[in-house]
Amino acid sequence: MTLSVTDLGIARGGVPVLEGLNFSLAPGAALVLRGPNGIGKTTLLRTLAGLQPPVAGRIAGAEDRIAYAGHSDGIKPTLTVTENLAFWASVFGHAGGIDGALAAYALEDLAARPAGALSAGQKRRLGLARLLVTGRPIWVLDEPTVSLDRDAVAMFAAAVRAHLAEGGSALIATHIDLGVDAAILDVGAFRARPRDLADFDGDFL
Amino acid sequence: MIALLVRDLRLAFRAGGGFGLGLAFFLIVTVLVPFSVGPQSSLLASIAPGVLWLGALLACLLSLDRLLALDWEDGTLDLLATAPLPLEAAVSVKALAHWLTTGLPLVLAAPVLGVLLNLPGPGYGWLVVSLLLGTPALSVIGTFGAALTVGLKRGGLLLSLLVLPLYVPTLIFGAEVARRGAQGLDLATPLLMLAGISAAAVALIPFASAAVLRVNLR
Repeated sequence: MTLSVTDLGIARGGVPVLEGLNFSLAPGAALVLRGPNGIGKTTLLRTLAGLQPPVAGRIAGAEDRIAYAGHSDGIKPTLTVTENLAFWASVFGHAGGIDGALAAYALEDLAARPAGALSAGQKRRLGLARLLVTGRPIWVLDEPTVSLDRDAVAMFAAAVRAHLAEGGSALIATHIDLGVDAAILDVGAFRARPRDLADFDGDFL
Repeated sequence: MIALLVRDLRLAFRAGGGFGLGLAFFLIVTVLVPFSVGPQSSLLASIAPGVLWLGALLACLLSLDRLLALDWEDGTLDLLATAPLPLEAAVSVKALAHWLTTGLPLVLAAPVLGVLLNLPGPGYGWLVVSLLLGTPALSVIGTFGAALTVGLKRGGLLLSLLVLPLYVPTLIFGAEVARRGAQGLDLATPLLMLAGISAAAVALIPFASAAVLRVNLR
């Protein structure tokens, strides 16, 4: 099922940031979001994930199909890597076990370590491994490669390619070239225009 | 749901989890009261049910600001909100975990601490019953307060101010059950009121908590 976005308008803190967004994401496809800082990429991804309502337009095909990964990874420092992953696997009802996810990000050697003892890049790898245990078809990722080294970026790209090959899709806000075959959407062109206040009362001043 | 409960319990018992904070506070309050009001055993016996209830309530309040704040800080709440588990179930499970790690230990410790306050003999059973009925309401209402203030830095003050008035009915009827129990009076009315408050809180407040949490996550 295709994720399709029609005439979407989104707001952050009540201020419209993007409007008139139209795109669709078919199974097996990836879309990379570009745009300057503060343009509303994170807000767009959070809106698609259902964390906030859109101010205009429609989102179809997103309900209960999105695995969202934001700036923070949702990792508990006092639980081990295995416990963290196993928790998310059972919350999402994933039956396949977590070994595949550990292997995809080379976390086997760290599996018994408390997540608080991991480096920033290792934590990010654990956060990305969580996507593999959600079993959700649409990955919505916000700057997934932050603090990853070159090898880990390659692991991430391989995981995305494998996900696409299985018929999943991915929407990624990133500024580096992942080497994944993806369309690029520059959201800078959809910046919301300031609205004229029709009932503005100048005498008030 | 069970996974979330197991995780919350595990986190509470790991280093820095805060298990025992409420219990230690409860112990300190009840140990210090005889020193501050003097050693007359008749006075202690008459204030014991109220002091024990107040101590348990404040001990419960003490641990509320960690209830959702930690999950908000590390992004877990965002991820839980996008998970298949409804947010209503998630906040209920978190309230249950809070009760198991804070409320239940207080219930179990209360009769022991009652000895320090010279609680009259018939009062012990009713003290445990009243706390057992009342502390779930404290946890559930506290979860609502935590959901309201999640995302605020140092929201503990606001949380206490918001939650304390909501705690008052539970305190009044809970302490009344314990007091009448200790004096051997008829206690059916306050007991039914306390049970009603708890049942209503457990049934209704998770929906309110989930709704304010959705607003706060935006």
